[in-house]
Amino acid sequence: MIESIDHNSSQLNGNGQLKHFLTTEDLPATLLNEILDTANSFLDMSSQQVKKVPLLRGKTIVNLFFEPSTRTSSTFELAAKRLSADVLNLNISSSSTSKGESLKDTLMTLEAMHADMFVVRHPDSGAAHFIANQVTPNIAVINAGDGRHAHPTQAMLDMLTIKRCKGDFSGLVVAIVGDILHSRVARSQIHALRTLGVAEIRVIAPKTLIPKDIEFMGVKVYTDMRQGIKDCDVVGMLRLQKERMNSALLPSESEFFKLYGLDTEKLKLAKPDAIVMHPGPINRGVEIESAVADGPQSTILQQVTNGIAVRMAVMSMAISGQLNNSNSPVQR
Amino acid sequence: MIRIANGRVIDPANNLDTITDLYLDLGVVAAIGTAPAEFDEATATLIDASGQIVCPGLIDLSVHLREPGYTHKATIASETKAAASAGITTVVCPPTSKPVIDSTAVAELIQDHAKACGKAKVLPVGALSLGLKGQQLAPMSALANSGCIAFSNARATISNSLALLRCLEYAATHDFLVIFNPQDNSLVANGVLHEGSTSTNMGLAGIPEAAETIEVARSLILIEQSGVRAHFGQLSCERSISMIAQARSKGLPVTADVAIQHFFFTDENAKGFNSMFHMQPPLRSQLDRAGLLNALVTGDIQAICSDHQPHEEAAKHAPFAATEAGISGLETLLPLGLQLVEQGLINLPQLIEKLTSAPAKILNIAAGSLTVGADASVTIFDQNRSWLVDQDSLLSAGKNTPLLGSQLKGRVTHTLLAGNLVYSL
Amino acid sequence: MPSSNHNVDFLLLQMTESLRKLLTDKDISDPLFIGIRSGGIWIAEQLHQNLDISEPLGTLDISFYRDDFTRIGLDPKVQPSKLPSSTQERHIILVDDVIKTGRTIRAALNELFDYGRPASVTLVALLDLGCRELPISADIIGSSLRLKTDQHIKLIGPEPLALEISQRPGSE
Repeated sequence: MIESIDHNSSQLNGNGQLKHFLTTEDLPATLLNEILDTANSFLDMSSQQVKKVPLLRGKTIVNLFFEPSTRTSSTFELAAKRLSADVLNLNISSSSTSKGESLKDTLMTLEAMHADMFVVRHPDSGAAHFIANQVTPNIAVINAGDGRHAHPTQAMLDMLTIKRCKGDFSGLVVAIVGDILHSRVARSQIHALRTLGVAEIRVIAPKTLIPKDIEFMGVKVYTDMRQGIKDCDVVGMLRLQKERMNSALLPSESEFFKLYGLDTEKLKLAKPDAIVMHPGPINRGVEIESAVADGPQSTILQQVTNGIAVRMAVMSMAISGQLNNSNSPVQR
Repeated sequence: MIRIANGRVIDPANNLDTITDLYLDLGVVAAIGTAPAEFDEATATLIDASGQIVCPGLIDLSVHLREPGYTHKATIASETKAAASAGITTVVCPPTSKPVIDSTAVAELIQDHAKACGKAKVLPVGALSLGLKGQQLAPMSALANSGCIAFSNARATISNSLALLRCLEYAATHDFLVIFNPQDNSLVANGVLHEGSTSTNMGLAGIPEAAETIEVARSLILIEQSGVRAHFGQLSCERSISMIAQARSKGLPVTADVAIQHFFFTDENAKGFNSMFHMQPPLRSQLDRAGLLNALVTGDIQAICSDHQPHEEAAKHAPFAATEAGISGLETLLPLGLQLVEQGLINLPQLIEKLTSAPAKILNIAAGSLTVGADASVTIFDQNRSWLVDQDSLLSAGKNTPLLGSQLKGRVTHTLLAGNLVYSL
Repeated sequence: MPSSNHNVDFLLLQMTESLRKLLTDKDISDPLFIGIRSGGIWIAEQLHQNLDISEPLGTLDISFYRDDFTRIGLDPKVQPSKLPSSTQERHIILVDDVIKTGRTIRAALNELFDYGRPASVTLVALLDLGCRELPISADIIGSSLRLKTDQHIKLIGPEPLALEISQRPGSE
């Protein structure tokens, strides 16, 4: 009787091109690969003396952060600037927009400034979808993290890191370790990894940090890290928020580190050439040992570089998808 | 005198289902079939109900009228008008107005206002504890004298079991009905959707089934101990129903109702973050929905209600978790019920029973039947007439329903409240 | 169909000789060859071979520098540009298969300058189709050609290289 809203209808245009980037869920593998390939092209740009292309010259990109995150907002800002766009950074405390109408007012005000793209970070799951449905057509929305739901650019920069290190996704065993329950990164990684066709995805955490029925997302659940990490090609660590310690989720940081922290000894159980990823900023001695974070298997710094390229890719693709939104397929 | 001619008269309380004439006079049912002696064709009002269903006015066990306190969402005037257009002549309103219904003044204000509007009978449910705070008893006896039909702490569950037991014992002292909306708020926490694969995938905080079932279990034990008359309203879990059915089979006189949307939707409908599917209790799993439908067939669910919760547009216009729960359901209650009939789960008299005589029996009121001499509240509807649910067709101030844009079958053509025509299409 | 008037190998030989002379005249000893994706790379590779240059060829993908992004959006098949070494103070031989409006060359020059300040840029194109919209001209061309408005020319390659003239779809 009632059709539920399809993710694709809200983030793809009539030609199947990206017009918003809200989630990695339900996107075809061809599109995910197109993001990775485009990002790869931007990555090579770093050898230029002028590290900037005129692609989005004259476009205005608004970084709309309802949740503080200097790190993510700066990489988006840098990505936008390398595309020659004008960038406006807005940090809005979510308390001032608790009512839906005022969020709508904020959007309308920004639209009046002729923004071409909103990069949105919000504490509520689904906020980016909501905003994408609210804005006038031809404004692109990029999800920079909504609640526990999705953080698609982080997931895609992780995919780019895996692809550059491993070449191919098929046959890979990937373990995601830590606070799965609250992690939008984990959810977006799982969707992307499934679509890109890895052999196995494992999530490793105590039961208090595993959301119910996560097996339906196509993952194997491990509560024992030693078993879970065995023979993995990729170990994706998640950041553990300090405030989790104050609730009944975990007894202490030291117990968590002992059982689920990635140290040299546990990493030995993975494949010898396994890579270690972390979205940063890392809590040394809580989820990861310094020797591992700074060790040869760590890709943490590559991830930062890849992050800028991936964000440049989705920003240019989404603006491009908005341009082609109403037009019929274009002859090149 | 009013003659409702040639309708299919269905009155489950009297096991009646036949095409006949219904005569109303002086606000009561005067006769069925043969005209009463004093009937005069010339002066009587004729309502032709050929091809239509004629039944007792519907009784809705949970309608949030939003007045006093939340008149930006809806008012007694707007919602009783909507009720009349939906064939609902008696609405039971929970105590969650602002101020809550814990004083005779509020209880009387609501009824006076409803009477002045004259569209539907409003039966307030009094607060079980003062301010719904779960600490001090509300003045139940006085509230009952001022028209409160039952008592409830709504979803502000009294977590202190001793305090709850005292409330139930006091209600039992006066043989008052207590209505439970079972919900353990520590398990609900900041949850907004049924805890399961959908909430996990969407990254929405989940509400586990245990949030409801644990409270049903605790309530059943205290109901048994206190001997209070009890009803469970708007359940969502199959397990809750089976626990209540088990208690009934052991002789505990408890009843249960389910809001009609829970027979149609599940948590999966919320995919894509459509806030119209944000409800409290949450839409549950496919298994729960199947269990509820089964309990409807076996009779373990005695009544169906709308759990009508009208909202202003802004309340639903935000990211999912920031929106308010509930749907505007008065006007889709009967059409959705007719779909249950069309699906062959229950027959039309059974549906009407769950919307009329069964809720009347739960409330222990003389309503919901067409017995000669009974209050002449009558609903006439065309079960095949289809209509479009949209902003204009809905009379409720709340347009918050996932059914907006749907074509539904079943349209009320006339509603009579105590012999007065309060709605005609 | 391949056209005998435009034998690519023959044109390439002519271009090689002109280029050899030009390099001598300008006293350029270590030119850096850069081809514009994709036809320009093929032509550059041939010239590179003919002139027996050991330094690897640079490739340029101008997708990020196009001036029609706002009209047609991003090319989904964009690939990285790869320059073998610094372009700073180098003599660059920029190669494309066809020059027409001049807009591709404009984009390529912009991109090139983002890699550094070259000493000079020499433009080489296999075919000049005229219809210039910008004040740009090639230093060396294989041949000039005027197409009818409904005609379209395409370099097929990389092995063997051939030119194909076709009618635009939908026109007779």
